[in-house]
Amino acid sequence: MASYLLRRLLHMIPLLLGITFLAFLVIAMAPGDYFSTLKMNPSISPQLIHEMEIQFGYGDPLLIRYLKWLWRALHFDLGISVAYRVQVTALISARAGNTVILALASLLATWTLAVPIGIVVALRPNSLIDRVLSFVAFFGMSLPNFFLAFLLMVLALRTGWFPIGGTFSVNYDSLSLWGKITDRLAHLWLPMFVLGVAGMASLMRLMRANILEIKQADFVRTARAKGLPQRTVVAKHILRNALNPFVTLAGYELGNLLGGAALVEAVMNLQGLGTLLLDAVRSLDVYLVMGSVLIGSVLLLLGNLLADVVLTVVDPRIDFTRANNA
Amino acid sequence: MTLRRRPGAVVWASAALLTLFYLTALAAPFVAPYNFTEQNRAFPNCPPSSLHMNEPRRWGESIFHTHPRVLADPLTRRYDEHADVRVPVRLLWRGHLFTTPPDGPKYFLLGTDGLGRDLFSRIVYGGRISLSIGLVGVAISFSIGMLVGSVAGYSGGWVDNLLMRLVEIEMSLPSFYFLLALAAIIPPQLSSAATFFLIVVLMSFINWAGFARIIRGLVASLREYEYVTAARALGASRWRILTRHIIPGTFSYTIIAATLSIPAFILGESALSLLGLGIQEPSASWGNLLAEAQNVQNLVRYPWILTPGVFIFLAVMAFNFLGDYLRDRLDPRMGAK
Repeated sequence: MASYLLRRLLHMIPLLLGITFLAFLVIAMAPGDYFSTLKMNPSISPQLIHEMEIQFGYGDPLLIRYLKWLWRALHFDLGISVAYRVQVTALISARAGNTVILALASLLATWTLAVPIGIVVALRPNSLIDRVLSFVAFFGMSLPNFFLAFLLMVLALRTGWFPIGGTFSVNYDSLSLWGKITDRLAHLWLPMFVLGVAGMASLMRLMRANILEIKQADFVRTARAKGLPQRTVVAKHILRNALNPFVTLAGYELGNLLGGAALVEAVMNLQGLGTLLLDAVRSLDVYLVMGSVLIGSVLLLLGNLLADVVLTVVDPRIDFTRANNA
Repeated sequence: MTLRRRPGAVVWASAALLTLFYLTALAAPFVAPYNFTEQNRAFPNCPPSSLHMNEPRRWGESIFHTHPRVLADPLTRRYDEHADVRVPVRLLWRGHLFTTPPDGPKYFLLGTDGLGRDLFSRIVYGGRISLSIGLVGVAISFSIGMLVGSVAGYSGGWVDNLLMRLVEIEMSLPSFYFLLALAAIIPPQLSSAATFFLIVVLMSFINWAGFARIIRGLVASLREYEYVTAARALGASRWRILTRHIIPGTFSYTIIAATLSIPAFILGESALSLLGLGIQEPSASWGNLLAEAQNVQNLVRYPWILTPGVFIFLAVMAFNFLGDYLRDRLDPRMGAK
């Protein structure tokens, strides 16, 4: 296992190099940069801008700049954000946690709802409840999450049940520890729901299809023939086997959620990696873009790795340490 | 699966809805009552106009009429309706499906935006962009995917290895983050056609890999069939075997996957345009029409600005239903993946 983990981690290095270089290339191709907006401002002297350009290393050719960035990144220094004038690492560490919390909360909510519903529905195929819930699932899968966010924000404003947008209240810093936790939770419900709905719907459909398939299996018939009660057959024979593919999905789902979180954050005005990146892209803040893309990729790759590791633990038949196609 | 194998009412309804949407987009100048960039500065955020039927004896003038609205309070954008004035809404007149006399008060079917532009006309024209982006995007990304996948699957060996590593890199990109970064390279002063094209290309570039991987698997298994061996024995060229014997075998999967991929493109464009990184004003797309809805106050006061979202939702749902049906019908083995 250890050597497998090591190999997977080593495998990430060329991937990250490729991704960051692509990001660097892309942002360098963008017309203008942060300084061209500064130059429009007559109250800032050209000398100051020139000094800043040198300070931020904008004069060098592309490849040199990338290598310089890479060298510093290897020393955990992602450079300074031109727009915020703060270390990129400080900005990202303040934000990345929020994004991860949102994605994990969504994943948890998705699972705790989708799995039982999928089971209930699959045990009574084509019943009224099955048809209704399957239709609702289709509805949820097709509802664009930004649109859902708008609708829920109207609901929140009309009813006052939830705070509208934001990751925490204005007076967050003055709250007690318990107050901080409840404040965060209050702000978490809506984005969690918005982010989770699509995944919930597709997971539910998958669970249903899985169980329907396993219900036909020979070992289930044997179990029933032995005279086992329905509850035992479902819990011990059907469920265990139906849950298996979900572990693989969880990792990819987490990746999706991290990406989807960026959009939800932007629409609901949350403090996360997504909004940070969006601001950085808008103001062409090169190092901030690079840092966010790098951290986003690392989170994604780690999520996939985690899923594969959990899978080998859950299902002993799968052995990635030997198989080549992880 | 949720759907029976014969198309049910839902599938027919989806197909009909999509046909209607695409025909509307095609005939946008006819369906839209007004020019989609025309600003009615006296009517910012005007709510949808009311529609009334004339008495049958007055049908000679027009069957329907509306009452003009007047901005009563510019600060809160409150409108009063002049119920005593009738503005005829004529059907099939002056080259439009329905419209009002020029220079008179207008009929806003779905209200107006902050600049007083007719929202319905903008949605109709926006459909041209939002609906075609899915088709063009799928065409581009599936062409790349088909090429890479079939070459990798048919050749095997180091070519296969190299191409699949490339696919893996592609698939581990954080796609939305990357799309955001890529959108920054689109210069804002570009023409709307060029912006549209760039966005499609960027999204295709991000989306082709998953498809290529599956096509590679299909091609690799089709390659082993006896009819392929027979074709090879008859001296058919590689190109002929690929294009005439192997690739057609992947078509049922391709059709299903294409139908189910279109929503991703529609949603991707909407998200980008919504954030102000995609299609730029004054061009309309269903995404950038929603940009105004990002302000919660606007949402509550002018709820009709959400209607473009309803159109996105309907289009996406129709494609999902259709794709799901096709999957059941063409390839029962695929199951719910």
